[in-house]
Amino acid sequence: MSVRVEGAFRSLRMAVIGLAVCVVTSFAGAQSESPTKPSESKGGAADHGIPQVKRINEEIRKVWEDNKLRPSAQATDAEWCRRVYLDVLGRIPSVTELREFLTTKESDKKAKLVNKILYDSNYTEDYARNWTTIWTNTLIGRNGGMERRTLINREGMQKYLRDSFAREKPYNKMVYELISATGSTKPGEKDFNGAANFLIGKLEENAAQATAMTSKIFLGLQVQCTQCHNHPFNEWKQQKFWEMNAFFRQTMSIPRRPQRDLEESKLLNQDFRGEGSGDAREAIIYYELRNGLLQSAFPVFVDGTEVSKSGYLSDCDRRVELAKLVMKSPYMDKTIANRMWQHFLGYGFTKPIDDLGPHNNPSHPALLEYLGEEVRKNSYNMKELIRWITLSEAYSLSSKIAPGNKADDPLLGETPKFTHFYMRQMQAEQLYESLLVATQAQKTRGSYEEQEKLKGDWLKQFVVAFGNDEGEEATTFNGTIPQALMLMNGDLIKKAIDSDKGSFLHTIAVGNMKPAEKVSHLFEAGLARRPTQDEITLTNQLLLREGERQYTAKMKKKQVTADPHASALADVFWAVLNSNEFILQH
Amino acid sequence: MQYSTPAGMSRRHFMGHLAGSSAAAAAALSLGQSLRTHAAELKKNKKSAIMLWMSGGPSTIDIWDLKPGAPTGGEFKPISTAGDVQISEHMPLTAKVMDKLSIVRSMSTREADHMRGRYYMHTGYVPNPNIEHPSYGSVISHETAEQRPDLEIPPFVSIGGGSEGPGFLGMSWAPFSVTSTGQIRNLDVRPDELERMVDRMRALDKLEKNFVNQNRGAAANDHMKILEKTVHLMTSKQMDAFKITKEPKEGQDKYGTDPFGRSCLMARRLVEVGVPFVEVDLGGWDNHNGIFNILRTQRLPALDKGMSTLVTDLNDRGLLKDTAIIWMGEFSRTPRINGNGGRDHWARAWSVVVGGAGLKPGIAVGKTNEDGTAVETEPYTSQDVMATVCKALGISLETTFTSNNGRPMKIANSGKVIKELFA
Repeated sequence: MSVRVEGAFRSLRMAVIGLAVCVVTSFAGAQSESPTKPSESKGGAADHGIPQVKRINEEIRKVWEDNKLRPSAQATDAEWCRRVYLDVLGRIPSVTELREFLTTKESDKKAKLVNKILYDSNYTEDYARNWTTIWTNTLIGRNGGMERRTLINREGMQKYLRDSFAREKPYNKMVYELISATGSTKPGEKDFNGAANFLIGKLEENAAQATAMTSKIFLGLQVQCTQCHNHPFNEWKQQKFWEMNAFFRQTMSIPRRPQRDLEESKLLNQDFRGEGSGDAREAIIYYELRNGLLQSAFPVFVDGTEVSKSGYLSDCDRRVELAKLVMKSPYMDKTIANRMWQHFLGYGFTKPIDDLGPHNNPSHPALLEYLGEEVRKNSYNMKELIRWITLSEAYSLSSKIAPGNKADDPLLGETPKFTHFYMRQMQAEQLYESLLVATQAQKTRGSYEEQEKLKGDWLKQFVVAFGNDEGEEATTFNGTIPQALMLMNGDLIKKAIDSDKGSFLHTIAVGNMKPAEKVSHLFEAGLARRPTQDEITLTNQLLLREGERQYTAKMKKKQVTADPHASALADVFWAVLNSNEFILQH
Repeated sequence: MQYSTPAGMSRRHFMGHLAGSSAAAAAALSLGQSLRTHAAELKKNKKSAIMLWMSGGPSTIDIWDLKPGAPTGGEFKPISTAGDVQISEHMPLTAKVMDKLSIVRSMSTREADHMRGRYYMHTGYVPNPNIEHPSYGSVISHETAEQRPDLEIPPFVSIGGGSEGPGFLGMSWAPFSVTSTGQIRNLDVRPDELERMVDRMRALDKLEKNFVNQNRGAAANDHMKILEKTVHLMTSKQMDAFKITKEPKEGQDKYGTDPFGRSCLMARRLVEVGVPFVEVDLGGWDNHNGIFNILRTQRLPALDKGMSTLVTDLNDRGLLKDTAIIWMGEFSRTPRINGNGGRDHWARAWSVVVGGAGLKPGIAVGKTNEDGTAVETEPYTSQDVMATVCKALGISLETTFTSNNGRPMKIANSGKVIKELFA
């Protein structure tokens, strides 16, 4: 009996050592390979023949020169590829996608990759999912529609956004629809209009939140502080808040307030009689100054444009008028340009990105102005804006800080100069989607709705709501201990490193890749790079330790179910997925 | 679930395995170093603070500084207390322990927006786009960490809310947020997997360091520090402090089943094992509509029971002399009652409550005018409260942080100590 076990161990041990040796030898050559050369031409940054990219590069370089800063080197092609998948599609590239990009001999392959993931119909679902996530969180927050007592139908919001992004709806049209929406919030209802979910949770207290959030999200104007008083630090006065607010006063919801486990809610317009004595032909509203004096207001846009004072819908649909005015405003153009720049580069031209008021000077005013104008000229095609930004020089730089740009660190309170790529953490949703891709589980995922439901349940654990009426919230998926615990021990990770029969790792372990290739595959899947020499050494140690453990288990007559190679690969993959390099967009 | 000392694998053993790996990772980044000018004086400091954070902006004119008879007075009447102050009739239990707490009635601040107010009251600074300031818990845990080498769990715990961040001190001083159930997800490692965990950690440590060494900025290093803390926590017996069900039944009954009461109990248990800063969140004070009914039937009964039990319990256990209590929200509410029977945001004249850690108890500091709209005595600010608490905790007010833009910043934004509280 014991002889048989002993024999089994010996062969296991031999197998493990064999694997270890193979790993080292087969990588001896790979290590001396020179890093991939960037595809850009020498001198000046590549502009890929796109005038907008050329101009972005010029404007960014101007600030470098003014500040005597030098940019970091180019990121490797693999880093850049991982970056662009994460930002555009909300997930890392699969090993196949990565290798395809790295090995292609085509010219201008970066531009081709961007075009592919933006316009190839194979990527439409990923693209739409990512931007739906981003905009759902912007419009209704991570918690919107998640409580039992709510008017918001989160699925409805997501459905609207998904359709909009999948069909490449121009941004200005989306803004128009979100501001002027009426209808049912719930998918499947006859008058379903998912866009109604943006405003329906913001109508309490005379639509104060609708006023504040519409101004902030679409115009980059922070009017919320001026609800109660003239703001000491910005030029917006209390009157402006209430004039903007007047646009929302024909709006109502059914039911008026959130109820527990609500079946359906509707966003509607109705004639507004005004406050006080109530004459709908001049539907006036009142607000109070701090000294108790009453002031009156009618709908007036932030630029001073007045609309009809009538509260009758047949005379004037105030939200439709507002939506038209927002579409005309250059603030809308600049706000979306700024928001998108921040999404890709980590910092916007202003901080916060949704405060473009005159008191908050942008870091690159000319570029912000230019990008806003170009967005308008290109009919608000978001994919074009994405193309310009992702192909810009700033987006192509390494996140490694160089001697010539140490001073460029926004964490030190400096305005960003974009001389190197600023690292930032993946969002919880990006992590979720990336794990699916890294373990090739995305192919067997259920229907869109089922999958979103699973993801939504998982995401809930990270949301902390603040106890106030403005629905403010924070996330604990921010690089703190709960997140580290989740990545070390959580179910999602357990599943990702599952090495039982039929799992991703088991398939690799028993497959006919060379041992070195198996380890490399895991590094490429998680980190978009091959392992270094010392990482390979470490992997070998893990394989040996796994062998010892299984031997001990066998000596104790415990059942060993997992394949030893698969278990060792699980340890490697665990380390990869828990590393800073994995979780940081770099 | 056992996670501390599985058979054949003591915590010490486990940590020993890690000693060569992640523990050594603490080669700290120079972010936010504090210059300890009075290190010696702090040596044996075992003081802690519990902040009762009233999220949404509590109406202090209805709780701590009533104005009976004034047009702004509202529906509640004042009652006498064990201290030299009167408070709301709906705080009868707390009234009995007001000989252990004091009210600062001359708070006057400027931030009446939730986000800005929360930031300001937690940091002593107004929001600034170029720098993020560390909050109370981050500052206090940072300043006391060295004196608590035996603490294995996070020094800054936030129960039931998000608190505020560590700012330039870095993510390793961020609040550890838990719900009032004390349940912490993903904490348990199967005992038979601990050894494997050690191997994995060693591999991870290698990957972490390789990436940190590539000089890509602070985020990489912060990640490594958090990993280290997480491992400490995963294997610590002190994590029992979060398990309020381990409290003897009698103790649990005193605090009741209300989430706020249970959070207060957890706060006491945490302070007992040496956690220097615990924040307990009680939300729902943003009462723009129908304020009196909500306060009478919901908010005040919950507050009254939790707060009074906490103070009594800390006192009975001899912990109150070393534990500062701070009760406050981001601002208060308008003396004027609005058309919806509510009160709106108001920061110009309001109250906070402090006690414990040797602060003079049973008094009211400062005074508001007869309708509560203005402060009549020397106005106090967030910085002043923070400075007062720091002094009570034995943290030198000469402590200076070097923010990451190289600027020296005095602790508590150079606030002045509220002298009436040190008699």
